[in-house]
This record gives sequence, structure tokens and C-alpha cells, in this order.
Amino acid sequence: MTALGALIRRDIKIALRVGGGALIGVLFFLTVVVLMPFAVGPDLKLLARLGPAILWLGALLASLLTLDRLFLADHDDGSLDLIAMARTPLEFSCAAKALAHWLAAGLPLIVATPVLGLLLNLDLQATAAVALTLLAGTPALTFTGMIGAALAVTLHRGGLLLAVLVLPLSIPVLIFGVAASDAAIGGPQSFGAPFAILCALSLVSLVVGPLAAAASIRHGLD
Amino acid sequence: MTPTDLANPSKFLALAARVLPWLAALTAVLLAIGLYQSATAPDDYQQGATVKIMFIHVPNAWLSMFVWAVMSVAALGTLVWRHPLADVAAKAAAPIGAAFTFLALVTGSLWGRPMWGTYWEWDARLTSVLILFLMYLGLMALWRAVEDPSRAARAAAVLTLVGAINLPIIKFSVDWWNTLHQPASVFRAGGSTLDRAFLVPLLVMGLAFTFLFVTLHLAAMRNEILRRRVRSLQMMQASQKAA
Repeated sequence: MTALGALIRRDIKIALRVGGGALIGVLFFLTVVVLMPFAVGPDLKLLARLGPAILWLGALLASLLTLDRLFLADHDDGSLDLIAMARTPLEFSCAAKALAHWLAAGLPLIVATPVLGLLLNLDLQATAAVALTLLAGTPALTFTGMIGAALAVTLHRGGLLLAVLVLPLSIPVLIFGVAASDAAIGGPQSFGAPFAILCALSLVSLVVGPLAAAASIRHGLD
Repeated sequence: MTPTDLANPSKFLALAARVLPWLAALTAVLLAIGLYQSATAPDDYQQGATVKIMFIHVPNAWLSMFVWAVMSVAALGTLVWRHPLADVAAKAAAPIGAAFTFLALVTGSLWGRPMWGTYWEWDARLTSVLILFLMYLGLMALWRAVEDPSRAARAAAVLTLVGAINLPIIKFSVDWWNTLHQPASVFRAGGSTLDRAFLVPLLVMGLAFTFLFVTLHLAAMRNEILRRRVRSLQMMQASQKAA
């Protein structure tokens, strides 16, 4: 347990200090959300209707871009080999790294959501709904993205390939996240059903992600 | 000829050389019968002659999912049983499956224009098949991204097994969501709802497409084995020149 705790603390410290820190993800989220009204037009009613979708897309892209940091630095300086050879099972180590990544990169996005909701003319109920669905859905994005990050870690220019591999797996999370947000704002559908499926997707990815990532790393390193 | 015999690439090549002409002939015969039956099938009372796109569209869709299932079994062969030719089978099947998926999307789109009034609709079945197509392309990219084929094989095997979750989603998407695409009418509990005049040509075309896949797959596996031999010879030649 202390080995995993040390791994989580180490990863959070590195994520907060290196490469622009955790706030670089939030900055990218802000940039994407600010770009949308330039493309869509400043009509506030339209922005309010598109608001949950814009926030979800921004969060998806922001977490996608920080994913390759998950394993790349460790692979470059050899720590990934040490982590793979340690007594702690590699599946738990991968889960710990993904948890640290979510705490350092995913949570700040959720904290930034109310401010960005103001930019998109979302009222309090809508912003709360989007923040809640992001809280339930960003673990799924991180843990399934970890699969792509593990597959691409041994490639030198694997950044775009990582995105191509991860995006089809992230589409269900996006669909149900936006469906739940729209339902909470005022739609004919219920909030509970898409939200429950979103939570289920996160829980399934908590298991499948570390298993697949550990298998990829193990096979990729020899 | 046991499965362990088939693990030897040279024996596999010999077997493939013997079997391929017969498979190709059988495929041609089945396709001829199927196309004739499709052409002479009656017109639908609602759709007219346009219903005959079904005899091309549905087998392509069936095969697109079947090929991913075959690749998943090959992926298990690579990861679990370490079968030497499992990764050859997986790599050879991916472009064929992508082609079937693409044809299913295109023929479905052409069928949708007269029937639904639109070339495309973001309903559950079409969206999940489009995601399947993207996953095929991503898998093909992953195969080509890693230099060493056997290391690429293990990465691709993991991705294939993760992507297999999409298959039940596609199959049951028309049941779980209210979709524009029609619900299942062949493989469903309670038997098929298609009239025999349409069901028989459809099943014959399905069988013909399956044999088409087996023929193309064996030929592609043979090509992949030869390609790897060429690569080994090139590397040996390069290292001899350097020495």
C-alpha cells in the first residue's frame, strides 16, 4: 500500500511541477471554450444550448492532450522498467498512475467548469449538472486513455496515433455525459439513466484500463 | 494435419497453396448462385427493387463484425497461447475487415437515400459501425507504427481485445436505442421475420461472403509470411554488407 501511495504522491508532484504544471490542462480547456463562440457566433441562447457539449468536448480534448505524459517521461528515464519489475503488480501501479493523473489533471478541469460556464451563459443548474457529469466521466476518460498511452509509449512519434486509438473508446463517455447534462437542464429524457451508464463506464474502465495498460507495457518492454 | 503442424510457416504455406484454388472456386460458385438468386428475388411491396441492396449490404455488415471476432481469437492466440501464426492471421485480417466495414457503410448509405431520405443519420447502429471502422483504421495504423512485427503483434492484440466490446454494442444497438436503422430480422429470438424468398438469397450471399473472406484471408496470410521473409533477408543482407 505504501508503495502505491508513494507512486501516487510522486506522480502528482511531477504533474504539478513539470511541463507547465497541472494548470496547463486548465489553460487549454479555457482556450478551447473561448474559441467556440468565435466559431459558433456570440448568440447567447445558442451558446447556452451548446454549453454542455462545448464543455465536454473541451474536457475531452484537454485530458487527451495530457495523456501522453502518463508514461512517456517514465519510459524515457527508465523508471517504467523499474515500476514493471517491482513487487507491486503492474496493474495496480498503472491504476495508481492513472489516479494520480486524474487528481492532477482531471480535477482542475472540473473546478474550472463553473467559471467557464459563465462564459457560455449557462445557469447554475446547468453548470452543476455539467460539473457532476464531468466528475463521473473524467475517470473513464483517464483510465481508457491510459490504454492508448501504454500502447503508444514505445513509439517515438506516437502522439497522433494515441489520439486515434483513444477517441473511439471515449465516444460513449462523451455521448452519455452530454446526454445526462442536457437532461438535467431540461429535456424529455431522465437524468438518472445516462448518468448511471456514465458511472458504469467509469467503473468498468477502472478495471479494464489498468489490465490492458499493464499487458501493453509488459509486452512492449521486452 | 494438427494445429501444431499449422504453426510451422512453411507447412502453412504449402497447405495454403493447395487449398486456395479450391476455396476461390467455391467462393466464385457461391457468389454466382447468390447473385443470381438476388437478381431473381421478387420486388418488395414497399421498397420495390431497391430492397436488393440488402443482399450486398447485410453480408458486408455481418462480415465486418465477424472479422473483428476472428481477429479477437487471433489476439488471444498471440497473448495466451503464443501461437506463431496468430499475429500473421490478425495482421492479415485487419485491412479485409476494414474494407467490409467501409462497403457496409457505403451500401447502407446508398440504400438510405431512397428509403430514409438521407445519406447519413447519427443513430446508434450507424454510429457504432462508424466507430468500428475508425477502430479498424487505428488498428492498421498501430500495426504499421512499430517496426518489429512481433512487438507490434502484442500491442495490436491488446487493442483488438479492448475493441471487441464494440461488437455486442453494434448487435444490440437497435434494441437498446430507438433507432432509424431497422431492428434485427434474421438473428433474433423467435426466429427470422424475413420471408423465405428474401431469406434464402441473403443466407447464400452471407455464406459466399464468408468464403470470400476465408479465401482473401488465407492469401493475405501467405503474403504476410512472405513479406516477413523478405524483411529478414533484407536485414541479413544489410548486416552482411556492414560486416
